[in-house]
Amino acid sequence: MPKDHGIGASPLRREDVRFLTGRGKYTDDIALQGQTHAVFARSQVANGVITSIDTSEAEKMPGVLAVFTGEDFVDVGGNPAGWQINSRDGEPMKEPKRPVLAHGKVRHVGDAYAAVIAETEEQARDAAEAIVAEIDEQPAVVDMGAALKEGAPLVHDEIGTNQCFDWGWIEDNRAATDAAIKEAPHVTTLELVNNRLVPNAMEPRASTADYDPGTGDYTLYTTSQNPHLTRLLISAFVLGIPENKLKVVAPDVGGGFGSKIYHYGEEALVLAAARKIGRPVRWTASRSESFLTDAHGRDHVTRIELACEKDGTFIAFRTETMANVGAYLSNFSTATPTFLHGTLMAGNYAVPNVYVNVRTVFTNTAPVDAYRGAGRPEATYSLERVIDMAARELGIDPLEIRRKNFVQPDQFPFTSAAGLEYDTGDYGALVDKLEEMIDRKGFEARRKESEKNGKLRGLGVNTYIEACGIAPSNLVGVLGARVGLYDAATVRVNATGNIAVMVGAHSHGQGHETAFPQVVADMLGIDEDSVEIVHGDTSKIPFGMGTYGSRSLAVCGSAVVRATEKIINKGKKIAAHMLEASEADIEFTDGQFSVAGTDKSVGFGDVALKAYIPHDFPLEEVEPGLEETAFYDPANFTYPAGAYACEVEVDPETGKVTIDRFAAADDFGNVINPMIVSGQVHGGLAQGIGQALLENTTYDADGQLISASYMDYAMPRADDLPFYSVDHSCQTPCTHNPLGVKGCGEAGAIGSPPSVVNAVIDALHAGGHAHVTHIDMPLTPARVWSAINS
Amino acid sequence: MTQVAMTVNGKPVTGEVEGRTLLSDYLREDLRLTGTHIGCDTSQCGACVVHVDGKAVKACTMFAAEAEGAQVTTIEGMGHPDGSLTAIQQAFQDHHGLQCGFCTPGMVMTAAALLEETPKPTEAEIRDYLEGNICRCTGYHNIVKAIMAASGQDVSAIAAE
Repeated sequence: MPKDHGIGASPLRREDVRFLTGRGKYTDDIALQGQTHAVFARSQVANGVITSIDTSEAEKMPGVLAVFTGEDFVDVGGNPAGWQINSRDGEPMKEPKRPVLAHGKVRHVGDAYAAVIAETEEQARDAAEAIVAEIDEQPAVVDMGAALKEGAPLVHDEIGTNQCFDWGWIEDNRAATDAAIKEAPHVTTLELVNNRLVPNAMEPRASTADYDPGTGDYTLYTTSQNPHLTRLLISAFVLGIPENKLKVVAPDVGGGFGSKIYHYGEEALVLAAARKIGRPVRWTASRSESFLTDAHGRDHVTRIELACEKDGTFIAFRTETMANVGAYLSNFSTATPTFLHGTLMAGNYAVPNVYVNVRTVFTNTAPVDAYRGAGRPEATYSLERVIDMAARELGIDPLEIRRKNFVQPDQFPFTSAAGLEYDTGDYGALVDKLEEMIDRKGFEARRKESEKNGKLRGLGVNTYIEACGIAPSNLVGVLGARVGLYDAATVRVNATGNIAVMVGAHSHGQGHETAFPQVVADMLGIDEDSVEIVHGDTSKIPFGMGTYGSRSLAVCGSAVVRATEKIINKGKKIAAHMLEASEADIEFTDGQFSVAGTDKSVGFGDVALKAYIPHDFPLEEVEPGLEETAFYDPANFTYPAGAYACEVEVDPETGKVTIDRFAAADDFGNVINPMIVSGQVHGGLAQGIGQALLENTTYDADGQLISASYMDYAMPRADDLPFYSVDHSCQTPCTHNPLGVKGCGEAGAIGSPPSVVNAVIDALHAGGHAHVTHIDMPLTPARVWSAINS
Repeated sequence: MTQVAMTVNGKPVTGEVEGRTLLSDYLREDLRLTGTHIGCDTSQCGACVVHVDGKAVKACTMFAAEAEGAQVTTIEGMGHPDGSLTAIQQAFQDHHGLQCGFCTPGMVMTAAALLEETPKPTEAEIRDYLEGNICRCTGYHNIVKAIMAASGQDVSAIAAE
């Protein structure tokens, strides 16, 4: 029987009702008294020297209140990278300043160089068009290989190169890996592109700032996955507003997928403008602005080699990658292609040698940063494509070659050749489950049926492992992180027994408002409905590093557990007083504090009330109130893993790929709300399948973004996708967090692209097109048709 | 400025709009009916779908002035008068057909129009009808399932949760 409440149950989401009735409150829905509107003037060229900006006409336009240019922000700080990476030779990464508004130079199409504040958005837009900017267009660099060549145009003249860093992981393993590959009986080599994507949260970015001249307090309403991090960046690096004078509120947020982790210049601009004009300033991106300026994802070019024995035993993986960081370093852009990518390059496998080299490259394109999966999809795709290719070359079944090389259940905890310590896992069980889900036995019959209809059917499989629950601060600190990656929660038990839990994680689709109460209610033996989650407001919650990296439950949920444990401990003190017993004798189960070995007990609600009416409290032993805060810093990453399978039909006449079925067997450790977990996997799968078949971000040679709308960027739509088969019954709980959870938000996007591509290659081979060993994503009909006919 | 008068969610409204004011902006900014969302600028995403004289329309494809005299229903007008959810809304909640909620008003309005036209749509018919509504969170699985369930079809055979 499925549980009907608490951990493991699937109560309906309480946040749904407001969204289903149009009562959600997103940033752009907030209307402040007297609010004004900001519109940005953005570069139409990818690389250019700003010779002059004439705002005089714009300033005279109706309704205009202020005009800003880069000149107004030369004395404030830049928006920093959150992670310091050193090159293989020890040289620190190149870190050019990222200003609020471009100054001196524009570096990508969409780079904002001015902003107009006006009474209405239309007036601001009209005035922004009246700004006369003389921009001397320079040759742009778009292609990473070209950007690294001697004499290439420079994105940042002051650093003298377009290379941000040249990173090796693990440098000490390089010689051994090189030697192993040199001597190996079989080496499979693959060059591939991990296509550039735009996260495309359906709610465009938006920010509204308010300034109170009476108190000097600022409020910023913004589309953020982590309002405390945004506040920290604005306060400590960019504008210098003291943290205690800046409140950042991220209300309902319409999806993030990574793109709303980062602080963007528009947030600083509206704050500065609100102060200058003494009125609220509102800005909402158009979708075109989102395409041009949201941090993009992926964009790697990789050469991977797999060395193995003739029987398929893996000996070594070696990769060389160029990773695009775009025109400026976004906040996590240096961690994503390195520690979220290179450290996963051993996959689920007990391979002895791994060496990863990543060069990050500045180009005249939008910044690139973490997008759902962030580095781990790139690692998984490289590994699982080259493994599939090796299996085909060696004549080994694609699941068998993986099984043969898996880290075995009795090897955990297992330190991978890429340096991570995997705590738990059972990859063989996942593959067994997958074969059942996909009905592998029935595949040949289905293939024959497809052949009768002139279609080619293929089955593709892969496994994945990810490092989630980001992240142990002591470890990431050693690796260059400039922040800690703990999280925090306050559990406030009110006098009448209901509870507010203030959490640092932000919910923008993940269902925290429903799932977190399941944990608290389970621990306290109370009704979930009496627990309310408060998030997204720096003035209400203690602190928090926010939501990304599949961390909310594993890290913030653990903080909730720790704070709730403190509530129970304090409750025991109060109960001991009420029951005239020793605190050591008090037990707490099912919402009752009782004296061990007696029938004396008192309920949680009575203890809560007593905490706030302490008429006869022993105040020297216990203070009034019932509210506790915990910060939780994980001891390790968590390691969700899975096995995925995709079955496709390819029309050889047109190259069109249709997904017939998709199965995902995931190990997320313990599961708090199965309904929400499945939903997270579904969404991830759609994004991964979108990457594999549809989505591509394309700049032309001049740096013009030619996929800047939904007319040009192929978002997955309902008729592109199948019903998915998902399962998370293979559970090896995390050993180092109190809930035993691993995180589920990114898995689908990490795990799905290789199985789609593997399936298409399988189909083409079945159809006699054995010359096609690889097609770069997205596998559009044109690309598949061209491969068949090449 | 142009005078407009229309009926929105059963109530007559009048206002002054610029010729270029879109119906979506009029609903959101002038009437403060912010449940109608704007997710793109090319009439592709469907977050702004409302009903105009009973037909599903992307509110960003119409000028407010074009809705003169029309009966407009937005997501705020979709629930039962007592505040409880209609069958379609309830099915979205029951089957986890929404996550961040941003596309949801448009999805509900489109689903309502579909079921008006085709009371028992097939999976393929639903997916085809949703072509103009983009969701980035759910992968559509639970949206399609919810619409099938709202039409009274048995969805127990579709992968659980």
